[in-house]
Amino acid sequence: MATETPSFKREMLSTLPSLRAFAVSLTGKHDKADDLVQDTVMKAWAKQSSFEMGTNIKAWLFTILRNEFYSQMRKRGREVQDSDGAFTERLSVHPSQYGAMDLEDFKKALAELPDDQREAIILIGASGFSYEEAAEICDCAVGTMKSRVSRARSRLQDMLKVSGESDYGPDALSTQVTTTNHSF
Amino acid sequence: MTKDNFASQQRMRLQPDDGLGPTSDIGSRLRALYGAVQEEGVPDQLLDLLEKLDNAERAQTKQTSQGGD
Repeated sequence: MATETPSFKREMLSTLPSLRAFAVSLTGKHDKADDLVQDTVMKAWAKQSSFEMGTNIKAWLFTILRNEFYSQMRKRGREVQDSDGAFTERLSVHPSQYGAMDLEDFKKALAELPDDQREAIILIGASGFSYEEAAEICDCAVGTMKSRVSRARSRLQDMLKVSGESDYGPDALSTQVTTTNHSF
Repeated sequence: MTKDNFASQQRMRLQPDDGLGPTSDIGSRLRALYGAVQEEGVPDQLLDLLEKLDNAERAQTKQTSQGGD
């Protein structure tokens, strides 16, 4: 049993955690994300004959999930869009390397990005796709994907700079002063 | 040590980072959020669904091959 050849089910299982994280980033809500992943799993299972084993199942599943999300959104109109997008819900596992406030600011900044820029920077920066793969998932040109990511990145950088400046204590300020006070 | 950390963070901020690689502020925050969701694990209902789909398919395959005998 343990030496079973890689099955479609097993391939899918290994992709589910990442697929679910992407779904959370699209819907902003865990319950909606789980529904979306469930719909995706059923869709994917039904069309598994169109999938070639050994090719990129992750990109294939992400494409199905994304198409499903936008087609549901079109069907339901604005209802789905009432979420703030991205990781706005409280996470049950808190990433330990960042302070709570730091990530709160980041989540807010992420939520303010246009949808196409947010999904682009998540696919490239967090899901681990190449620009080519992400462009295929989003059905756009590679150049478009690159410019979305770059716009998203500079907007996030701007937003974080503005909100981050007051967060540092006097220690940080003095560091800044001592390292930058060489202008003459 | 915190000072050093901060100083290197500042350097990173001052240098426009071209990518979202390991030294990128934004990239590492993105991955922290994404990773936190990944670590939650897959809900049972999803695992059950996959199990059911797989079992149904196996049963069908078995039936088809037995029918062919």
